[in-house]
Amino acid sequence: MTAQQRMELVCPAGTPATLRAAVTAGADAVYCGFSDDTNARNFPGLNFSPREMAEGIRFAHGHGSKVLVAINTFARAGDTDPWRRAADTAVACDADAVIAADIAVLDHMAQNHPKTRLHLSVQAAAATPEAIGFYLEAFAVRRVVLPRVLSVQEIKALNSAIAVETEAFVFGGLCVMMEGRCHLSSYATGRSPNLNGVCSPPEAVSYDESGQATTARLAGFTIDRYDPGSPAGYPTLCKGRFTAGGKTGYLFEDPVSLNAGTMIVALKEAGITALKIEGRQRGKGYVSEVVRAFRRAVDAAELGRDSVEIEGILAALSEGGRQTTGAYRKTWR
Amino acid sequence: MSIALTLGPTFFHWPPDRLRDFYYRIADEAPVERVHVGEVICGKRMPFSDPVWPEIIERLERGGKEVVLSTLAMPTLPRERRAIEELCADGRLVEINDVTALPARAGQPFVAGPFLNIYNEATARFFIRRGAHAICPPVELSLATIGAIAMACPDVAFEVFAFGRLPLALSGRCYHARLHGLHKDSCQFTCEQDADGLVVETLDEQAFLAMNGVQTLSAQVQAVLSPPAELTTRAIARLRLSPQTCDMVVVTQIYRALASGEIAPQEALVRLGGLELPGTLVDGYARGAAGVLAAASA
Repeated sequence: MTAQQRMELVCPAGTPATLRAAVTAGADAVYCGFSDDTNARNFPGLNFSPREMAEGIRFAHGHGSKVLVAINTFARAGDTDPWRRAADTAVACDADAVIAADIAVLDHMAQNHPKTRLHLSVQAAAATPEAIGFYLEAFAVRRVVLPRVLSVQEIKALNSAIAVETEAFVFGGLCVMMEGRCHLSSYATGRSPNLNGVCSPPEAVSYDESGQATTARLAGFTIDRYDPGSPAGYPTLCKGRFTAGGKTGYLFEDPVSLNAGTMIVALKEAGITALKIEGRQRGKGYVSEVVRAFRRAVDAAELGRDSVEIEGILAALSEGGRQTTGAYRKTWR
Repeated sequence: MSIALTLGPTFFHWPPDRLRDFYYRIADEAPVERVHVGEVICGKRMPFSDPVWPEIIERLERGGKEVVLSTLAMPTLPRERRAIEELCADGRLVEINDVTALPARAGQPFVAGPFLNIYNEATARFFIRRGAHAICPPVELSLATIGAIAMACPDVAFEVFAFGRLPLALSGRCYHARLHGLHKDSCQFTCEQDADGLVVETLDEQAFLAMNGVQTLSAQVQAVLSPPAELTTRAIARLRLSPQTCDMVVVTQIYRALASGEIAPQEALVRLGGLELPGTLVDGYARGAAGVLAAASA
């Protein structure tokens, strides 16, 4: 769908306080999940009880923002009820949309809550007109969150071939593997995004300071090593340093995060309806800052300002940590 | 009910001559009922292998094998999407590895491959209503979980990924190209140099993963060696053996002997261990644990 309306800024919230911060900072929509393994950011101390969800949605609606509830892991065999219940609860809380990946959840929503908007999660990895057409025909999804493997040119071609809104990630953590189709985490640790809503889970992480270096390990596998004095990063599996064919380095992806701020105008021209910021695990200070900057950047893009000016608005966000525009530029591949 | 054996699709970029030699020998000597053919991982490889598939299929069918046409797991280009559509129009059984193929194949029988996210019985039933005839669930599911889904769906054959490097992830990025300082669009097909995938070691020289173009596999080799009674109890009907460069005829013979109760799991493990495998044997996923855990029959 080639949309010409104003682009929607979709922002993360891991806690009720962060939801309020995101709304106050100018989020058009906030996405969040329940405190269990029905959502793909199932970390201790994060997420919402049903009551908090209802209150958060009331707050957001009172300030003109929407709330999208992520129920985007895959329901457990023989125990699919918690996923259906989460969907029912989200609808009862007056969610503006449910974000789902599992056909069991999508089917439940389409059958029982046809009036609630259904968004196809990035975890469903739908990247072709045929795949998206299938989800549209079978479940009447209203929006598709695009996998982070498509270039802007491909997004434009895709949008001209489909009749549904699309949402693209612009900022935050970057999966180098196709989301929803990666078992690296469970291979090493037994827990994974699809099964448990976690990747490279904290309980499998250890830091070993011995001799001249700090070694970051995941389930005993060395993921990276740091010189004394340099900060040790979190051992996310696909961003580790490995050796293959006699070469040692970041073979899958450098320890970078996504910042496609400079591509907001291009994404709009490619027909994107909504821009998504990753980071439900982030604190409210971080979310406030990022949302505020992107609010200004998106507004500038809507006013027809060029990417140099937008880059200036977002400059503060690139301090510390390396960033990439990811697959949106074809050379990334 | 006896356990059937399936030879899964070859994940690696084998030259046409190697593919021909490999499948001719499978046709003549391997005790498997079903053989998957076709490129699953990278559409750029298809011009190389496409010319040899017709003769391979003919030879396999003459050898009494049921041939399944496997389709791409991550299509993006129009050419790749067309290839899927064409394969889905074939009268033979087709394996779907991405939802892209579903509209073209709906209503006709298909195999749901391990790249589809079928994690529970509700999703399995949905695919069965659309024509799924056999289901090989994602590799990270345990035998107990696959059994729970299979029990709820008695009319389809459930298949377990029982041998070979585990398909763990797909990416828009080609890691072989990246390793050689190239871009995917001008990759020079360096993945052809690694017929079992290229092992990825940790900084402490521990074998961990394997790269195969846009695919990441385990460095270790899956070996699910359950006694046939356990599989039957869990309503698991088939075992999938995934091609590696080791003697796959011997691999299929070992699994045949295991499935027919001729040899015990321990003996199968010893025999597999005697082959030239690209990695040590693991079966953690089957037990509901980390996939990398060493095969337990030892």
